[in-house]
Amino acid sequence: MPLNLLQKLEILADAAKYDASCASSGGEKRNAGKGIGSVTGQGICHAFTPDGRCVSLLKILLTNFCIYDCTYCPSRRSSNVARARFQVEEVVRLTLDLYRRNCIEGLFLSSGIARSADDTMSDIVRVAKALRLEHGFRGYIHLKTIPGASAELLDEAGLYADRLSMNVEMPTEAALQRLAPEKSALDIKRGLARTRASIEAAAEPSRMGTSRPARFAPAGQSTQMVVGADSSTDRDILAATTRLYASYRLERVYFSAFTPTGHPASGLPDRPAPLLREHRLYQADWLLRFYGFSLVELDDALPDGMLDLSIDPKLAWALVHRDAFPVDINHASREMLLRVPGIGTRAADRIIAARRHGTLRLAELKRLTGSLKRVQPFILTPDWKPGALIEDARLKERLVPAPRQLSLAFS
Amino acid sequence: MVCHRASDRFALLYRLLWRISRGERHLLENPADSDAMRAVRYAKAVDRDVYRMHAYVRFARCEMEGAELFATWHEPQHRILRLATPFFVNRFNNMDWLIATPDGTAAWREKRLTFGPPAARPPKVDDNVLDGLWTAYYRTTFNPARLRVSAMMAQMPKRHWATMPETASIRGLVRNAGKRVTDMNACSPEPPPAYAERLAKRMAAVEEPAGKVEPLDALRREVEACRLCPLHAPATQAVFGEGPRESDLMFVGEQPGDHEDLEGRPFVGPAGQVFDRALADAGIDRSKVYVTNAVKHFKFEMRGKRRVHSKPSEGEVAKCRFWLQREIALVKPKLIVALGATAALGLTGRRLAVTRDRGLVVPFNSISLLVTVHPSYLLRLPDQNAAEAEYGRFVEDLKAAQSWCGA
Repeated sequence: MPLNLLQKLEILADAAKYDASCASSGGEKRNAGKGIGSVTGQGICHAFTPDGRCVSLLKILLTNFCIYDCTYCPSRRSSNVARARFQVEEVVRLTLDLYRRNCIEGLFLSSGIARSADDTMSDIVRVAKALRLEHGFRGYIHLKTIPGASAELLDEAGLYADRLSMNVEMPTEAALQRLAPEKSALDIKRGLARTRASIEAAAEPSRMGTSRPARFAPAGQSTQMVVGADSSTDRDILAATTRLYASYRLERVYFSAFTPTGHPASGLPDRPAPLLREHRLYQADWLLRFYGFSLVELDDALPDGMLDLSIDPKLAWALVHRDAFPVDINHASREMLLRVPGIGTRAADRIIAARRHGTLRLAELKRLTGSLKRVQPFILTPDWKPGALIEDARLKERLVPAPRQLSLAFS
Repeated sequence: MVCHRASDRFALLYRLLWRISRGERHLLENPADSDAMRAVRYAKAVDRDVYRMHAYVRFARCEMEGAELFATWHEPQHRILRLATPFFVNRFNNMDWLIATPDGTAAWREKRLTFGPPAARPPKVDDNVLDGLWTAYYRTTFNPARLRVSAMMAQMPKRHWATMPETASIRGLVRNAGKRVTDMNACSPEPPPAYAERLAKRMAAVEEPAGKVEPLDALRREVEACRLCPLHAPATQAVFGEGPRESDLMFVGEQPGDHEDLEGRPFVGPAGQVFDRALADAGIDRSKVYVTNAVKHFKFEMRGKRRVHSKPSEGEVAKCRFWLQREIALVKPKLIVALGATAALGLTGRRLAVTRDRGLVVPFNSISLLVTVHPSYLLRLPDQNAAEAEYGRFVEDLKAAQSWCGA
């Protein structure tokens, strides 16, 4: 019996949910004009599921039929998962129906590789094209691009999409070869490279006599890798991430902690990766991108190549570099303020703004940072000196929150 | 801030104005002041409430007087209806909608916005997209292995749940999450479905190359798969040479740069542009010569968010000589021009003094060799006059190569 729309949706949303990204941010702001839909720039989370993740886009696969056999993926050809395929028109209608009810910011469309990379990519492009040209849809569109698809299809995808992404899947080529033997690291890197070049070409001011695409993925490109399905260390992952950012000007590299899917394959760890590991990796990634840390500096927070799960990477770094503290809140540079555990970019900027109006004491600082507990051992104010606290061998224990059971109860 | 429901909002505003008028002109810029901070907190609460209205309104489709109308009931925390409506006008310009709140209503009909007095909460409208498809999507996209109820609650307070149909399934999702994860973990690998084998065979068939392959293309494929040194891992791709199969003149550079790495073609970046200009000035048609590099992968180091060229080591140059020699054997040039010291090293295996030996044609195995500078050297010269003079010498070297070939 053919599946109805609801059944297809259940199969193809389930298959798409392992993609971490649901962001609808970035890119050009625009209003409905003669069509329907807008992009605000910030992006909106229209709901949160009980996993704490934001639902911003309708995130589905066009089909979960797949000719590849990537071990970590529930849609791999050797999996017994239920299969379905949307018609192009069905995705278009579903997107518009949910959009009109203000449930979503737009569409995030990915797909299993049915037949070939080019066939699949051209189906994905057809959906975006129909939404934009036939229905005047001006909401957000994120398209997954398929490694190995032709350059012409990538270019067309960039014309209709706000964001493009192509997953690198694994931190190293060796891991990719082992777990996704039919995927080519070369094709993936070439795809990311081509998209970067197209985005940069479209962003350049037009010059006489040069051909320039009118619009190409104004919200940039992103990628994702699975964490914990192979033996890569956190250092391997961060090194790969740093390189990806620099090579392909990515908006984001998403990490997806390996979790069971109900369709296990041999050759994979039988335990899920701790979600905390994913969180620590994001924190380290943030230090690298927004806090002025280099990967070499972070090595101190990476004994045996792994981040400490019990404390955040900045605290781990500070505990190794106690000689850099205490930092004088009233005189330190922004760079130094950002090295203090418990002071983020926003707090650092507020401290700098506030100290123009007078000397900051603990009371004022508390208002700026929220809590003093983590900050205090590392700073100096006119009414506070950490003294021997900074040398305390048990400082880590004092700062680590007591382990507590994650609460499942809600009233 | 005026939209905030706190009863002291006007008193606070008055106090702020008073203090500002009495000389504390930059009061609002001081995040450590308690009045300023409270004002900011009120303003942020209003902003957040506006955002939540934009996020959590759910329009149900209904028919009214024969026309399609999208209607909703929403209970904002503050008096933000007028503040929040422009968003809906901008987004849902081509449909008629109605937002009813305890403070009043906003309606967009026939492209006209009207505000009305508060109305009683209307009965729930059945909408099978909201109640069926949307709720099913919400349920399905939840991953039970990542249960974090507190994170959801912090973002989506229960205040709004009553008007969001999908939230009815939260209780069940949370309750069953543990069991679903236990069941998933207990799963053991199953035998693959029948079609898996068929697909695997078809995949294998596709990968077999068809037809006769040009020798240069065959070599290119080998280079693309090269793992002789570790440079392949961080780079995007090997950059193979470019030009006609049999060329009299062959140019060898150092290694691909950032642009070449992205495009997969030699000499297309800034140095490539200098090279192209110099070729043109020397009267050489680039499409008639063969252009390649001593090292085929881009070697770089990270500087902040950029990739910066890093000089290949002698070992890397030596490993890559294998490919260069095979390229030469296929192209069979009369003369090879080495652009810079690394190119000369790659060709000869020896370090040459480029500035001393440049411009001279010397025998090299059965071929001839001319050494000159790398075009990127011309880009690095800070002095404009020196750069122009050096560029002139570079063009002269290229002309010498061209005339030697023609002779």
